[in-house]
Amino acid sequence: MMRLLRGAFVIARRDFAATVLSKAFIFFLLGPLFPLLLGGVFGGIGARVATQTEKPVVAVVSTPADFGRLMKARDSLADALGEDAVVRFSYFAPEPDLAAQQKRLLTTREPPVRAVLTGGLDHPHLTGAVEDQNISGQLQLLVANAREPQAAPPSLGVTEVAASSGSLASDRARTAQIGQMLLFFLTLLLSGMVMSQLIEEKSNKIIEVIAAAVPIDAMFIGKLFAMLAASIVGIVVWVGAGALLIQILSAGGLRTLPTPAVGWPGFLALGVIYFAMNYLLLGAVFLSIGAQATTAREVQTLSMPVTFAQVLIFGFAAISANAPNSFEAFAAAAFPLSSPMAMLARAAEQPEWWPHVAAIAWQALWVALILHLGARMFRKTVLKSGPRGKRWRWWKRAAVVSEIGAS
Amino acid sequence: MLRPAMNTNSHPGLAVEAVDLVKDFAETRAVDGVSLAVPAGSIYGLLGPNGAGKTTILRILLGIIDPSSGTRHVLGAGRPLDAAPEVGYLPEERGLYPAMHARDAIAFIGALRGLPLREGRRRADDLLREHGLGDWARKPIRTLSKGMAQTVQLLGTIIHKPRLIVLDEPFAGLDAINQGRLEDLIRREARDGATIIFSTHVIAHAERLCERIAIVARGKLVFEGRVDDARSRLRPIVRLRTRAEDGPWRSAIPEDARRDGDEWVFELPASGPEPLLKALIDGGAGIETLAIERPGLHDAFVAIAGNKAAAAMAQEKPE
Repeated sequence: MMRLLRGAFVIARRDFAATVLSKAFIFFLLGPLFPLLLGGVFGGIGARVATQTEKPVVAVVSTPADFGRLMKARDSLADALGEDAVVRFSYFAPEPDLAAQQKRLLTTREPPVRAVLTGGLDHPHLTGAVEDQNISGQLQLLVANAREPQAAPPSLGVTEVAASSGSLASDRARTAQIGQMLLFFLTLLLSGMVMSQLIEEKSNKIIEVIAAAVPIDAMFIGKLFAMLAASIVGIVVWVGAGALLIQILSAGGLRTLPTPAVGWPGFLALGVIYFAMNYLLLGAVFLSIGAQATTAREVQTLSMPVTFAQVLIFGFAAISANAPNSFEAFAAAAFPLSSPMAMLARAAEQPEWWPHVAAIAWQALWVALILHLGARMFRKTVLKSGPRGKRWRWWKRAAVVSEIGAS
Repeated sequence: MLRPAMNTNSHPGLAVEAVDLVKDFAETRAVDGVSLAVPAGSIYGLLGPNGAGKTTILRILLGIIDPSSGTRHVLGAGRPLDAAPEVGYLPEERGLYPAMHARDAIAFIGALRGLPLREGRRRADDLLREHGLGDWARKPIRTLSKGMAQTVQLLGTIIHKPRLIVLDEPFAGLDAINQGRLEDLIRREARDGATIIFSTHVIAHAERLCERIAIVARGKLVFEGRVDDARSRLRPIVRLRTRAEDGPWRSAIPEDARRDGDEWVFELPASGPEPLLKALIDGGAGIETLAIERPGLHDAFVAIAGNKAAAAMAQEKPE
């Protein structure tokens, strides 16, 4: 065991240093920061543009008295729902040719007119692009209120509590979904790198030196952990940058995110553990698949089905986000490749810790199993100096048979 | 360095012992019942043409691949990887990380065998200086010539002072000067107590270096033993030049004697040189020159492995 770990450490140290100290890794780190930065910059600009842009209004052609009552009704609704949620008005005194005025107003650009309300409060009529039920519905309500102003609404006493079952369930489901999503995307981004890991050794022919010195399992473990460590370096940088951006751009910053069931410290710790497990599980599978490839082109060919498989696994795990105690959630937690994502969702929604201990042990077992099987396959198919295996002869034979059949 | 506990199922005087090794790849039998006994401290050659199974045998001995059947003990260990810290291996297909510095590459190979990295770097500096590559210690492998890179890998093979050094076609790709240096290095390591096994298809190297050899042809071991034993399978060769073209002396030389220019060439009869000399003199041969030559390893190889294997080796790229 010590020899295995020592060998794995030597390989991991070399791979980690070779990865992290390369120029390519700087670009790898900066790559995801560009969209974040651009998103932040353009988001800010967009928000400013949006506030500066004049919003469409409803032109009210009526007497000043009717318009005053209508505005009063609007203001009281805006107080309750917020300024942006309620339709805006612009006043126009009636002209002799009402039809011509209406036509001209609908083409006016300053302010941009969505619709024209004529007929005052007695015979209101709306003309314009009002396919949106919200505008006509609001106007109906506002005209009714303007006609018969309501008495002042009774005061409602409010006692605020930290959370209720309804708010917690939906908030935590949101945390679960965000957590799963992050886990999925980070693994998707990073685990693909593992596929090409053995190509370097194969093309450099150093594979035989390694295989003669340490067990193949040690090489697989070393490579996987080196890439995990490099990925964690990347994640620390990206998450740090992302958190900073959220803190800067969003009022209230990270505190606005809903609190998970196991609490933030526990959730973050489990997030790191489940990312590592997810990475190791998928990475072990990809490393085993990638180990069969002999060229970078073969790795590229293998990448697409592997990515599809990842999406499917994510879809399976996502079932558990809203129903942590369902059969589907249990199945997703039991299936090794979806287990980390399913269990992270559970951490957001359920406070118990023991299922996580069991799940982590279960996942670790599968990491070891997949790595061992991958190493065995690698030894069988790659490190030999004879002709390729039966598979290829079967193809050849099949080709010959089909040729004979055709002739 | 840690010395692993060895099991002692093998013969104590043997560095490597293999019994009846068989390796099948699908329907191809690459190694067929090979048994080897490599004495500790010896230089041992594995001879045979390309495709004979030499590399596969070495890989089995090192534990890179497992045999389909048969057993092997390396430095007393039933599982070769248990002896890995005391073994050095230079594969036929040389390989190093191109971006790695020469000293780091050597230290890395040592670290794989259990040598601490810092100690590996220190030894690497010394070895590189000793081999005239001191100025290249901190240069990336990709900037080194092929010969230099090969030397770096060879130094990586011995950095941890292994008790067993396995070299697969070590002379391939080296110029004459570097081949000479490598021969010196092999002799020096053997003098220092290491056991060296190397495979080659160039008989001259084996003849100069080895005490024992194994000859492999088509996966089968056709000879295993001392070089002298291989040679002694052939009787000495007689080269005879006479003044008389014909006469009674002709009955003294074998019927299968062949002409090589103005000489007769034939195997020394089993009765030895004295009766032959007497018969030639008595038969009026008029001996001008008579030389009795000890057969070379090449002749022994032809006799043992057959003309076909010898021709295959002769066709391979000479080094």
